[in-house]
Amino acid sequence: MALVSVKDLHKSFGDLEVLKGIDLDIEPGEVVAVIGRSGSGKSTFLRCLNQLEQHDWGTIHLADQRLDGSAMSPGELSQNVGMVFQSFNLFPHKTVVENVMLAPVVVKQTPRAEARKIAEEVLDKVGMLEKVDAYPAQLSGGQQQRVAIARALAMDPKVLLCDEVTSALDPELVGEVLLVLESLAAEGMTLILVTHEMKFARDVSHRVVFMHQGRIHESGDPQTLFTQPKTPELSQFIASVL
Amino acid sequence: MTLDFSTLLPYSGEIMEGLVTTLWLTVVTTFVGIALAIVVAYVRDLESGIMSRLLGGYVEVVRNTPFIVQLFFLFFGLPALGIPISATVAALVAMILNLGAYTAEILRAGIDSTARGQHEASRALGLSRLQSYRHVVLVPAFSRVYPSLISQCIIVMLGSAVVSQISVFDLTYAANFIQSRNFRGFEVYLVVTLIYLLLAVGMRRSFELVGRRLFAFRQGGSA
Amino acid sequence: MTDFTLWDIVRNLLLAGRWTVVLSLIAFVGGAAVGLVLTLLRMGGFKPIRWLIRLYVDVFQGTPLLMQLFLAYFGAAALGFDVSAWTAASLALTLFTSAFLCDIWRGCVEAVPSGQWQASRVLGLNYLQSMRHVILPQALRLAVPPTVGFSVQVIKGTALASVIGFVELTKAGTMLNNAAFAPFTIFALVALGYFILCYPLSRYARYLEKRLYGAGIR
Ligand SMILES: Nc1ncnc2c1ncn2[C@@H]1O[C@H](COP(=O)(O)OP(=O)(O)OP(=O)(O)O)[C@@H](O)[C@H]1O
Ligand SMILES: [Mg+2]
Repeated sequence: MALVSVKDLHKSFGDLEVLKGIDLDIEPGEVVAVIGRSGSGKSTFLRCLNQLEQHDWGTIHLADQRLDGSAMSPGELSQNVGMVFQSFNLFPHKTVVENVMLAPVVVKQTPRAEARKIAEEVLDKVGMLEKVDAYPAQLSGGQQQRVAIARALAMDPKVLLCDEVTSALDPELVGEVLLVLESLAAEGMTLILVTHEMKFARDVSHRVVFMHQGRIHESGDPQTLFTQPKTPELSQFIASVL
Repeated sequence: MTLDFSTLLPYSGEIMEGLVTTLWLTVVTTFVGIALAIVVAYVRDLESGIMSRLLGGYVEVVRNTPFIVQLFFLFFGLPALGIPISATVAALVAMILNLGAYTAEILRAGIDSTARGQHEASRALGLSRLQSYRHVVLVPAFSRVYPSLISQCIIVMLGSAVVSQISVFDLTYAANFIQSRNFRGFEVYLVVTLIYLLLAVGMRRSFELVGRRLFAFRQGGSA
Repeated sequence: MTDFTLWDIVRNLLLAGRWTVVLSLIAFVGGAAVGLVLTLLRMGGFKPIRWLIRLYVDVFQGTPLLMQLFLAYFGAAALGFDVSAWTAASLALTLFTSAFLCDIWRGCVEAVPSGQWQASRVLGLNYLQSMRHVILPQALRLAVPPTVGFSVQVIKGTALASVIGFVELTKAGTMLNNAAFAPFTIFALVALGYFILCYPLSRYARYLEKRLYGAGIR
């Protein structure tokens, strides 16, 4: 039984049709890397999955439960699907631990003491426990992104969406964030990652999805996909990024 | 011309009394006015419909009419409608409505400059619009417009001199009172003007001090 | 006692409203003239003058306009001049306006990138020439919206002239009220009078500001 099941997903911005029918099933514990050219609709797809964008057509199910439309409240949704952004988007006026505690306390109504414990657990997981009382402005980009991952994890989501989470980082800080994602994958977290890190996609993901012009053009296990692309578009893409 | 400040000395009690009134009016106005602005800015910015329109009208009326006229309207006009109102209450209400209107507009500028990513992050975490306003948007917005907020609070404090015209015993009323007794208008007004100036400087200093604590998150550096 | 018709009230307010307009114009034009001189002096290099002008601005921005009016009125008397409410109000409002405009305009001049100064000095223009041909034209574009916006404060400021006995819109309102005793109507009409004067200016200022910054200048 698939954990995430997307059927015939369509999305347009005005006249521009960005998603032209996406079908994708994702198993629990699966790590899916989404690759593709700029503008191919990767972010839009991810944003539809947690309803930051409303799609026009198609369905999204999460563990048999309809997720799209108004089937789930934003509060429920956030406990099912977590998201990490390219630009971290930490709340600047809250300390690290306050950033992580906010949604559990406000949305889930978790008692503060318990929320604090959860926060410390997830911060430990991303290796940021010693910075609990720092403000985002006092952290490096890599540290901020790890806190952002912890913040998403604190809601205990079933799936974690990551949209180019290392693209805004200085090269020397990319590794620490990828390491965290790798450990999450190893723990069995279901991950959907849009990434430009091909090596990471190849080594960590179970499946790679190549998007092209609003469709899933090709998908498969990383080894075969990268070494024996079936379509000229994918071979071109691989040649251009490697 | 000779200036003679000694005739002021017997009236230091009146000046103190006026000063205390001006101070407490200002302090209450600052807190309540800012609270009002927080509500108005939310409704104006993030809701639409009749309530937002009405509050927009309130803001425009306050900003485009003189404070003294608002004061007269409340103090003389409301009792004529059968709503009794004391001078002090009229003064306080007028001051609060004033600060509320101006601060709401100032705050909206800060809210509008909230990065899109902040809204998206709070939505992705499941926060409602109101929760996001309260926990995510508000404090950074205030920190961005804080200098304008300080100036506005000082403007309202200085503007409160006008409440003397409906016989509220504030600093200016004290000055008028003394002037009518000792006929040394220039000296009295000079001294009281200086007190206002010191109040303005003191207010700015206190606000800046509070701001440094409140918005400590803006300073980077080691944790 | 209330043989005042609504029209009587409106007519009297309109007549007095003329003086609100005239006083506003005097204060604004006078204030702009003084403010311009102060701005130019302040941008110059001479330290004590800059310091003095800064003090002037801080004092006028840090004290109640009502006190400034009282001081002009009683100060002149203390100096031995017997001034009218007209003179005192014009003087106080002009100085008040000049201080605020000086502050607004200084901000606009400072917002012109310093590279512009350097470029014009390198071309051999002296201080006044750089100011006149390079800096001021650019600062002027920035200055228009906040200046229009401040004119609203000037108009509202003239209402305080009523306190020293100058008969303009607000004073006419209190006088009419003493005779007709219809405070709700009268002060609503007075407020409406100011609103009609101020609101278009507020809107225009906002429009200018949007156009300026919407056009991507910064
Ligand atoms: N809110 C929006 N309004 C209008 N057009 C949009 C919007 N968001 C995205 N688009 C357009 O949709 C197309 C797909 O955008 P999307 O961000 O999904 O691409 P992407 O694959 O994530 O690209 P990148 O690798 O550059 O992030 C682009 O042409 C983009 O300009
Ligand atoms: Mg993208």
